[in-house]
Amino acid sequence: MSYTLDGDTGPWEVVVGLEVHAQVLSESKLFSGAATAFGAGPNSQVSFVDAGFPGMLPVINGECVAQAVRTGLGLNAQVNLWSRFDRKNYFYADLPQGYQISQFAHPIIGTGVIEITLADGSTKNIGITRLHLEQDAGKSLHDQHQSKSFIDLNRSGVALMEIVSEPDMRSPEEAGAYLTKLRQIVRYLGTCDGNMDEGSMRADVNVSVRKAGEEFRTRCEIKNVNSVRFVMQAVEAEARRQIEVWESGGTVGQETRLFDTARGTTRSMRSKEDAHDYRYFPDPDLPPLVLEQSWVDQLKASLPELPDNRRARYVALGLSPYDAHVLTIEKETAAFFEIVAKGRDAKVAANWVTGDYFAALNRLKREVADSPVSAENLGALLDLIADGTLSGKLAKDVFEAMLEADEPPAQIVETRGLRQVTDTGAIEAAVDAVLAANADKIAQYQGGKVGLFGFFVGQTMKAMAGKGNPALVNELLKQKLG
Amino acid sequence: MMRPTDYTIAEGLRALDKREISSVELTGAYVKAIEAHNPRLNAYITVTAETAMEAARASDARRAKGEVGALEGIPLGIKDLFCTEGTRTTAGSKILGEFVPPYESTVSGNLKRDGAVFLGKLNLDEFAMGSSNTTSAFGPVENPWSRANDPAKRLVPGGSSGGSAAAVAARLAMGATATDTGGSIRQPAAFCGIAGIKPTYGRCSRWGIVAFASSLDQAGPVARNVEDCAILLRSMAGFDPKDSTSADRPVPDFAAACTRSVKGLRIGVPAEYTMPGLAPEIEALWQQGLDWLRDAGAEIVPISLPHTKYALPTYYVVAPAEASSNLARYDGVRYGLRVTERDSDLRDLYERTRAAGFGAEVRRRIMIGTYVLSHGYYDAYYLKAQKVRALIARDFTQAWEKVDAIVTPATPTSAFPMDERQDDPVTMYLNDVFTVPANLAGLPGLAVPAGLDGQGLPLGLQVIGKAFDEETVFAVGAALERAANFTAKPQVMA
Repeated sequence: MSYTLDGDTGPWEVVVGLEVHAQVLSESKLFSGAATAFGAGPNSQVSFVDAGFPGMLPVINGECVAQAVRTGLGLNAQVNLWSRFDRKNYFYADLPQGYQISQFAHPIIGTGVIEITLADGSTKNIGITRLHLEQDAGKSLHDQHQSKSFIDLNRSGVALMEIVSEPDMRSPEEAGAYLTKLRQIVRYLGTCDGNMDEGSMRADVNVSVRKAGEEFRTRCEIKNVNSVRFVMQAVEAEARRQIEVWESGGTVGQETRLFDTARGTTRSMRSKEDAHDYRYFPDPDLPPLVLEQSWVDQLKASLPELPDNRRARYVALGLSPYDAHVLTIEKETAAFFEIVAKGRDAKVAANWVTGDYFAALNRLKREVADSPVSAENLGALLDLIADGTLSGKLAKDVFEAMLEADEPPAQIVETRGLRQVTDTGAIEAAVDAVLAANADKIAQYQGGKVGLFGFFVGQTMKAMAGKGNPALVNELLKQKLG
Repeated sequence: MMRPTDYTIAEGLRALDKREISSVELTGAYVKAIEAHNPRLNAYITVTAETAMEAARASDARRAKGEVGALEGIPLGIKDLFCTEGTRTTAGSKILGEFVPPYESTVSGNLKRDGAVFLGKLNLDEFAMGSSNTTSAFGPVENPWSRANDPAKRLVPGGSSGGSAAAVAARLAMGATATDTGGSIRQPAAFCGIAGIKPTYGRCSRWGIVAFASSLDQAGPVARNVEDCAILLRSMAGFDPKDSTSADRPVPDFAAACTRSVKGLRIGVPAEYTMPGLAPEIEALWQQGLDWLRDAGAEIVPISLPHTKYALPTYYVVAPAEASSNLARYDGVRYGLRVTERDSDLRDLYERTRAAGFGAEVRRRIMIGTYVLSHGYYDAYYLKAQKVRALIARDFTQAWEKVDAIVTPATPTSAFPMDERQDDPVTMYLNDVFTVPANLAGLPGLAVPAGLDGQGLPLGLQVIGKAFDEETVFAVGAALERAANFTAKPQVMA
């Protein structure tokens, strides 16, 4: 069932397209050798090029180009072997050159498509219009001094990929799923770290509404939304606003808006009339960017496994589609799972990772990236279960102990004496002791109260401090009770 | 007895080599010459006499140890568009304030690497925008030549490298760096009776040179003769990974090319360069130059460059467009001049700073450039100009099927008085009519002094060559120079 919003005049369809700015994961900036680390002291990662000094010239960073191409390949998109950089001219204090170098007319990546998965398990294809490389501006800080603005140029010149989608999304959920998927892809590829709270990924959200079967109506662009949740909220809030405007007899004008996360509403930033004339023209400092097909082919051959492929592979290993999805959302989780499952039963491994392990992470408020237990040790725990050293119950105890100190489970078993007892002599002695102490219960059992069997098992296990092999305990009790 | 300032660079290098003179003596003579004549000519904005003498002493010490660079001990002037580490760089503008670059341009760095001594920073039109060196915020430069019948009339040295040309002509430097966007090396060289070459686009790195119009700007030398230009260019040129438009090709021995015979070379004469406004004396000199080359064994071939008449208007769209963007960085935020009032917001800071910092000609070109790139005008102006530019380049490509080099006048007139042509920018722009096509096509162009007009003012011829074929250009230029035997000297001279 498709998503609509109800107004006074009936249901409205929501149309969404996203322009996502993803910071390229690279050691240095797009056109200068300056470093790109997040959180460095203000103006500590700035070259004379980034600061727009006289006579300074841009030189393209090959690694950033490779990252853009990898991303394009991950988006199943056309790689343009000939692309060009343009200047986007405007004045602002944190734009040192007075222009941003971007790709306006000839982007490096053309049309592509990605598949999103929705909560009901259905999938949908979202078209990619283009991906282009551009440099970031610096940062203006207006809250550091009562009458002065401060400028931090660390970000100035950092490489961004602007990834533009087709207006193919029809609900907040689809917009959220698209952004999630995009983030997943670039993180798998290692082309962007996807850290939205550090500004490594941010979205400009284009929203319009229409009645079923209509052409597109005028859209508004909501700038710089920095989380999946906010994108979903912004889409709905903006769609509701536009419906109200249309239904009250007004007209939605093309404009740029901001999402107020505290109020959950959008407000106008500037209208089309106030839009800058950016005076785009080809940057004469940079020749066209020409790529060799063989180089693109090399990058394609060395691309890491993408989330869709990985998920399919997991299903083929016998995992449920749900587990396969959950395990592949974050590439760190998938990598963790791969180690746990290596040479072991994939389903058992998946159960442990998505079960006890995820529960532990939740409880401890930790992430796979700073896992309290190494994947190698979790795998070793599975081996101890498989070879009968540990019962399921004991394994959980060992796992708890591993959460406190990430030691190999065999070591924990040794030092704490948690090894399962399979010595029939020891079990038999314990069984005999339990039976001798409970002659009355034996009579009741043999008189037909078979539910007491569990009591004998429990007493025996208790006597053995939980270490008795449950199967052997059961077997001996059955034998002796007749 | 030869005075130190009489040496050409080639002669100076030989004299230094034979220990007939030291760099300290040579440099000292130039420092004195500057003290004597710069107050009148205003060729230098900044004179670095002390550091020059230090550099000369260091050079002599190197030479004593046998470490001899290609320009070891040669005192040069540097156009004040090249960033020089530790020495104020103005671009002839107020807007850079007291800007002292923390880096050295690649070209000036190459000269230093080869042992050159820098005397100071040479005057120019503001941001290299001009053809008379009258737009400098540091005052106009005077041409050391004057008219025989009106010696008191002060003449322009041409522009934008007016300081470079005047200094070299008046013996205030052995040679100088210059830049050429539409004729800024060749036109002042012609006006001052010296040689100057704009090499092929990409031959010299633009890194560290204050940008005017990036797709046209090229550095080159001016010197007293063609051979000296060849020696300087060899040091200045070379691939620079810091400039994406720099050409990764070997740098030939240009000086050796100056002795090549022109016998059998085909010299093109473009019909379209005979145009109204061309002084008859210059037309006659052009013919004379062609006769000299024919006498030396070259073949003279009439050619057509049909889009020539569009070159100037094309240039005056493309160059201001790029300039309007290149000059956006001078905003008062990070360095240079900043003008604010008590309550200035950012926009007010921009407006006050840029209004106070840029002169009238720079403001005019920023306005033109902004206009031609604006929404709704881009296709009609900038895009059209780019298309015409391609046609102009194609004219040359087709010509190279028939000829090896092209010879034209360097300028339509000789040097004019400082108080003329100042009120009509278009008349001023016409100075570049013969030089602009080579910039648009990215080709090398050399100006050679070839004679005097009736007033005793120098006139130059231009040799245009194929891309990266400066050697043929030098060979033809040197042949013209030998035939012309230009020995006249300016009235103001050390």
